[in-house]
Amino acid sequence: MAAEKQEKPGWKKLTKCDLIIGGGTAKEFKTGGWRSKRPVLIPGKCINCLTCWMYCPDSAIIVKDGKVVGYNYDHCKGCGICWNECPVKGKAIEMVSEKEAKAKEKK
Amino acid sequence: MRQINPDVVAAYPITPATEIVQIFASYVADGLVDTEFVPVESEHSAMSACIGSAAAGGRVMTGTSSQGLALMAEMVFIAAGLRLPIVMADVNRTISSPINIHCDHSDTMMIKDSGWIQIFSENAQEGYDNMIQAVRIAEKALVPVIVTTDGFIISHGMERIEILDDAEVKNFVGTYKPENYLLNFDRKITVGAIDLTDYYFEHKRQQIEAMKDSKSIISEVGAEFGKKYGRSYGLLDAYKLDDADIAIVALGSTAGTAKVCVDNMRSKGIKAGLLKPRVFRPFPKDEIADVLKNIKAIAVMDRSDSMNAAEGPLCLEIKAALYDKGVKNILLNYVYGLGGREIGLGDLEKVYNDLAEAVKGKAKDKINYLGVRE
Repeated sequence: MAAEKQEKPGWKKLTKCDLIIGGGTAKEFKTGGWRSKRPVLIPGKCINCLTCWMYCPDSAIIVKDGKVVGYNYDHCKGCGICWNECPVKGKAIEMVSEKEAKAKEKK
Repeated sequence: MRQINPDVVAAYPITPATEIVQIFASYVADGLVDTEFVPVESEHSAMSACIGSAAAGGRVMTGTSSQGLALMAEMVFIAAGLRLPIVMADVNRTISSPINIHCDHSDTMMIKDSGWIQIFSENAQEGYDNMIQAVRIAEKALVPVIVTTDGFIISHGMERIEILDDAEVKNFVGTYKPENYLLNFDRKITVGAIDLTDYYFEHKRQQIEAMKDSKSIISEVGAEFGKKYGRSYGLLDAYKLDDADIAIVALGSTAGTAKVCVDNMRSKGIKAGLLKPRVFRPFPKDEIADVLKNIKAIAVMDRSDSMNAAEGPLCLEIKAALYDKGVKNILLNYVYGLGGREIGLGDLEKVYNDLAEAVKGKAKDKINYLGVRE
């Protein structure tokens, strides 16, 4: 997920004083490219205790109607905390190599 | 500071700046100001609290000296980088070790590259006037300002000064209206975001430009102050320099002593003059070169040493300024007054006599240590 090459503003055009104007701008900063392993949900094993949702430092666990439905791969850094904290015997999350996951996506 | 009535003052006491904090705290206790006073546990915290308050949108002031400034140094750079218009009263005191509480300029020179405007005061009156102007300069330039007074010589000397009416100061400093601040919930901002290889340089370039622009702001505010209250200020103070053959360049209180010395020399028929750079940051490079170019022999007085086995900080920059103008007049450096060593009329007279001899062709040492026992 290499960042797209884009023209960056020169010092005369740049916002003054190292300020970022506007709130919630971290959303636009995609950190998913840092990942070497990604969490993948094992269907049927998850008990929806939401422990992973509480622990995820990047708020990257997607929950709908009280159920874990997937992961926000734009922001998940692949730290594996969700996997580590998952209380289910044998884990309801699998950490898959990013390379393999991408190869599978292509198929 | 009472008349300026800032929103926040965060400070920690240190000799010889203690009275600033102590007396201001009593103003707060007596209800003479509306200021939120933050008695912190160190100078590092003092500047940190100042940065937070200024980013929140407040008009912020502090005061320190010497070791306090050294402990504060990390945050001093951050305040400048974030372009927060904080005003600091810095009472010049030397840096340990050897431990010593008296005046020299080592503390202020230590942070000369931090991105703060530095204004040196010759006496208590200038210290007072400079503090009032500093508020306006900082807020217009978005560059923090240090106003220095020489420790003990000015800070603990009794002098009569002319105080403006409270209303006049209130009117001059005006109301602070920051364009962006953290407590403005209608316009959210992030302050101090990480700036790596791709943006840091551009933001620093903006800061450099702000320092360049501050020259005209300092001059404008100084001229307006003069128009309103009769005491004008610029980047430099040239005393009897127009027709001078020899001149001393000195910062702070020594300039006052030198003015008396100039008068004494003039009464003997010697064409002596004085240049007092009022600001050291921004460095008035072209302006200094212009007024010094016709002086036959110049002595630059440095009340600190750069420990570079060469000239003191003021002399080095003046040499650089003259080089660009192609001026190759006699230029001697005198490092003096370290750790509060007295500098008197006799000492400065010796410097003027050295210059007069140099003009006549006598070879003189380029770097001298004035007043040290050999």
